[in-house]
Amino acid sequence: MFSDIVSNTFAVLNKYGNIFIEGTFVTLQYSAVAVAGGVIFGLLLALMRRSKFKPLSFLAGAYIEFVRGTPILLQLYFFYFWVAEQIPMLGESKFWQIAVALICNSAAYVSEIFRAGIDAVDHGQMEAARCLGLSERQAMFKVVIPQAVKNILPALCNEFIMMIKETSLASTFFAHEIMTKYKIINGATYLVIEPLIIIAVIYFVLTFTLSKLVAVIERRMSTSD
Amino acid sequence: MIKVENLHKSFGDLEVLKGVNEHIKKGEVVAVIGPSGGGKSTFLRCLNLLETPTEGSIIFEGVDITKEKTNLDKHRQKMGMVFQHFNVFPHMTVLENITMAPVLLKKKTKREAEEMACKLLERVGLLDKKYEYPRRLSGGQKQRLAIVRALAMEPDVMLFDEPTSALDPEMVGEVLQVIKDLVNEGITAVIVTHEMGFAKEVADRVLFMEGGIIAESGTPDQVFNHPQNPRTKEFLGKVLY
Repeated sequence: MFSDIVSNTFAVLNKYGNIFIEGTFVTLQYSAVAVAGGVIFGLLLALMRRSKFKPLSFLAGAYIEFVRGTPILLQLYFFYFWVAEQIPMLGESKFWQIAVALICNSAAYVSEIFRAGIDAVDHGQMEAARCLGLSERQAMFKVVIPQAVKNILPALCNEFIMMIKETSLASTFFAHEIMTKYKIINGATYLVIEPLIIIAVIYFVLTFTLSKLVAVIERRMSTSD
Repeated sequence: MIKVENLHKSFGDLEVLKGVNEHIKKGEVVAVIGPSGGGKSTFLRCLNLLETPTEGSIIFEGVDITKEKTNLDKHRQKMGMVFQHFNVFPHMTVLENITMAPVLLKKKTKREAEEMACKLLERVGLLDKKYEYPRRLSGGQKQRLAIVRALAMEPDVMLFDEPTSALDPEMVGEVLQVIKDLVNEGITAVIVTHEMGFAKEVADRVLFMEGGIIAESGTPDQVFNHPQNPRTKEFLGKVLY
């Protein structure tokens, strides 16, 4: 029984290896685009949230709370079926329609990463800079943000790792990432466990190596301050 | 130089300053003493508007800065501030800590700023540390750096907010010595401190603050040796110096 699974797994890998590799690249693409887009719109959200213009900061806060308080699968349905429809630029590209849905989710989390990173810098740093006569903007860019980057970078890498796992939900829309590939192989071979083992190993290797990498980055950064 | 008129400051329901009037003249060294929660630090922080007064005005070099929000950064360039917790910039070297503001605010070229920084560092005995990052400095060295950083803007007045309260005892002396040297050169300074001996020695005038007002003000001799207010007597009786 057990040896059957092992031999079947290798047989599947042998025959469909390319499909899994393809799926791995698609997953990485989705994650990279989601986090990159998340950085841009997350920064925008973070700035809106800090704004002194109340409606703007309320809007950003409400959006962030909505995304954090609802399941990602629900959001994917909502953003994929409704929001992406409203952006004619995307045309028929399924990749970008799904990417938009993932970005909408990631932006909220990334904006919280930015906020936490900036808040973690001792308030005395801002005060000291202002006392030297720097404007708020100068103090932000010269003193606070360079220190916040150290908190933000590792957290962004973690967001990327989370995204790798969360893109599996996009298989609901047949996004051709790893999980979709599983469904394809499952349909073609009627094997349940064997392809599952393969993709589990792929996901695990991806996230495990990346999180080790983050640990290295974190160590480097903590020695440089 | 700094004229404070009817200064009030509340944090929510808590009124910390209840009408402070004070005039700090050019070349004068004023020490502010008193119990915790008496409003000393808030008073000092109001002078450069780190705290926005709820009421009253701060007139600095003839300009009411509470009504001049637009030029506040310009005025702050002329008021150096030293904090209890140093607040040196950990991501910059000692030299960069000092030259960043004068260069960024176009007071000096990079070269001039570095020359001056080196002179100042030499005076406080930190010249050999100029390429180090602050994490390699002791508390006393950090505070000396913070003082030099403020001096690099060539301020007209220096504000010290309990500059030795966060230091290990053996490092208090070196920081006080730097401040004493500055005072001997004739700077104008307002110093909030718990070091009574130091206040007595360097100050031209001592303010005793309690309950959000200046309860007593006078020369060190008057305040320390012949206090008039019973609260001053009580406070000085409790502290050792």
